Amino acid sequence: MNEKNIFIVRCGETALKGQNKPYFERMLAERIRKLLKKFHGIQVNRHEGLIFVRADKEIDRKEIIKETGKAFGVASISPAVEVRSDMDDICAAAVEYMKEIMSEKKVATFKVDAKRADKNFPVKSPDIARTVGAAVLKGCKVLKVDVHDPDVYIFVDLRKDVSYIYQQKIRGFGGLPLGTNGKGLVLLSGGIDSPVAAWMMAKRGMMIEAVHFHSYPYTSERAQAKVEELAGILAVYCSRFRMHIINMLPVQEAIVKNCPQEETTILLRRFMMRVAEKVAADAGCGMLITGESLGQVASQTAEALTVTDAAVQMPVMRPLIALDKVDIMDIAKKIDTYDVSIQPYEDCCTVFLPKHPVTKPKLERILRSESRLDAEGLIEAAVNSREVKEIYPL
Amino acid sequence: MKVYLDNSSTTRPYDEVTDTVTYYMKEEYGNPSSLHHMGIETEKALKKARRKVADAMSSQACETGDIFFTSGGTESDNMAFRCAALSAGRRRGKIVTSVIEHPAVLETCRRLENLGFEIKYAGADSSGVVRADEMKEAIDDDTIMVSLMTVNNETGAVQPVEEVSEAKGGALFHTDAVQAFGKMHIPLKNADMVSLSGHKIHGPMGTGAQWIRKGLHLQPMILGGGQENAMRSGTENVPGCAGLGKAAEMAEDRIEQRTETMSRVSGYLLEGIKDQIKDIRVNSPEKRCPAILNVSFTGTRGEVILHMLEQSGIYVSTGSACSSRKDGKSYVLKAMGLADDDIGGAIRFSFSEFNTVEEMDYVLDKLKESVERFRKLGSFR
Repeated sequence: MNEKNIFIVRCGETALKGQNKPYFERMLAERIRKLLKKFHGIQVNRHEGLIFVRADKEIDRKEIIKETGKAFGVASISPAVEVRSDMDDICAAAVEYMKEIMSEKKVATFKVDAKRADKNFPVKSPDIARTVGAAVLKGCKVLKVDVHDPDVYIFVDLRKDVSYIYQQKIRGFGGLPLGTNGKGLVLLSGGIDSPVAAWMMAKRGMMIEAVHFHSYPYTSERAQAKVEELAGILAVYCSRFRMHIINMLPVQEAIVKNCPQEETTILLRRFMMRVAEKVAADAGCGMLITGESLGQVASQTAEALTVTDAAVQMPVMRPLIALDKVDIMDIAKKIDTYDVSIQPYEDCCTVFLPKHPVTKPKLERILRSESRLDAEGLIEAAVNSREVKEIYPL
Repeated sequence: MKVYLDNSSTTRPYDEVTDTVTYYMKEEYGNPSSLHHMGIETEKALKKARRKVADAMSSQACETGDIFFTSGGTESDNMAFRCAALSAGRRRGKIVTSVIEHPAVLETCRRLENLGFEIKYAGADSSGVVRADEMKEAIDDDTIMVSLMTVNNETGAVQPVEEVSEAKGGALFHTDAVQAFGKMHIPLKNADMVSLSGHKIHGPMGTGAQWIRKGLHLQPMILGGGQENAMRSGTENVPGCAGLGKAAEMAEDRIEQRTETMSRVSGYLLEGIKDQIKDIRVNSPEKRCPAILNVSFTGTRGEVILHMLEQSGIYVSTGSACSSRKDGKSYVLKAMGLADDDIGGAIRFSFSEFNTVEEMDYVLDKLKESVERFRKLGSFR
């Protein structure tokens, strides 16, 4: 046969798209190509709604699966064997395939499943399964068939010229290919939530940029290093992106001097949104993304969110809004941001944390407080003071 | 202007130290255990370094004990406790120490406690000095080890080592002299083990030593090829040890002049702070090691003051570098009975001979500015 390992990549939701289907598939293939660029001799081709990855035999299969799995839009991946669509060839290949599996782990029972994509093929699916099963039984004498709870499933995907034999479907993240759904600016703190929010939007195909607010010297340089590390982890999934870093201390100082203590946090949140909106417009982002979750803290009550939301015109995406903290933590663990997020450095929201923050702020009152400040001037200054960093995948 | 006032965290190595380290990496890189000439040369270098380290401790150190090289203060502290514990064998026993010791001591004690040893921690008074009576009273026939640091790393308070060591009875006496080394002579009269570090005296990081009284037979903690007289196996860090030896030599050479400089400079800063800044608490006692000055700026947050000073090129620390990265508050200041407002606003200035009075004028200026700025704004806590 050939010297390459082959992987079948299924496109999940992308496959549901109508006339745009080729576009989504092309974007996904492109993304996979990019993720696998670090290996030599990779071929990524689209065929009949699937994406086929071919990699040199020397490259560890697990590495290919791991890297490909990082592409949003991948429903599942199967390392496979390619064979001519001929019953004898398929049976021979299936026996070989099973012998290889048996050399790696203990197998007592198996089952063969077949699917005939090429309806012109003279043998029907159940018959293909039966014939291949019989061949494997004959070829590997110690095995038995168990149709209910087999140790190993073997799938035969019969297509027009070539067919594929594979064992498992390794699940990907699903979602849609990166770059198929606009660009958003995430307000990235050092916490658990905002990286997850960014990741979830990127999973739906959105390109990401980030803005990070700090309060140096009230927060430390280490806190910023932590955010850069988080961003680096995000970039693994979201591809390389820009991060805008802004010191909010001048804004905070103005708020603390002129406004009621209990409104400090909500006022700061509004300023952050407005600064972010300007940065987003500048960077070509059409939406803001935050890690807010209903009721999680005082500034995320229904009333507080209403007040925050009213600060900007741009749509604000809050993908975590209805998730519980534990569920957010689970995702953070899955995408490897959790361990970094829990490092104990202060972020700028906790620096001037009032003893009793308002939990049910009224917009009119907040606007009145805000009118004591030169909001435009403060926002302008904050936007102009920003430092921009290019974030590369870690 | 750059003013480095974090010398109790680490110091800038002397140029001579850097040269010595480089020499033993580039030119004389033999393994001291090798039988050939190159091995003999580095063996000699180690011997010389041992002598210098001992001489810098005290004039009697060389005669009455031996120097064993380690990877630093933490390993030395661990070695002292673990070796004493191993030597005590199955009968376990009691260890008497204080609540203000370095984490290397406290954490090791906690481990030994889990292994069945009884640990008694004596408290400290409001000036940061351990209550000698409390320690002495705790020592009994069951006690296998007594340990009291020579100088506290956060406040610079000199501890009553001699007084406590006289009451050690049949127990071993250990002192963590990491902060005292090179700044004063170490009281050795009743000491059995003394832990030292290299990078606090302008030597290289990753170097340290343990002085062990002659004739004392302890069980080693690290086993292997039998280096360091089988007390600490593993190929010696020759460039590091030679660098440490060089630093010790230079420390001993100018000890009076250096401590005089540090006293003058830190005293000047202290007076300036008292004069110019309101609502402070001096956490270092009258009798302090001149290299350390700990002051609380009541109601501020030390970490914020630290970052404000850093913006002006002034480097200080809150508490000790070992604990300032954790969220917790200084256990040393807590043990002294300080109020939360004072614990949170504590800054440790630590000096070397390279600091000058002129620098202190600049520091005072910036310090005043930072404290005022903070107090004007507060942080609601």
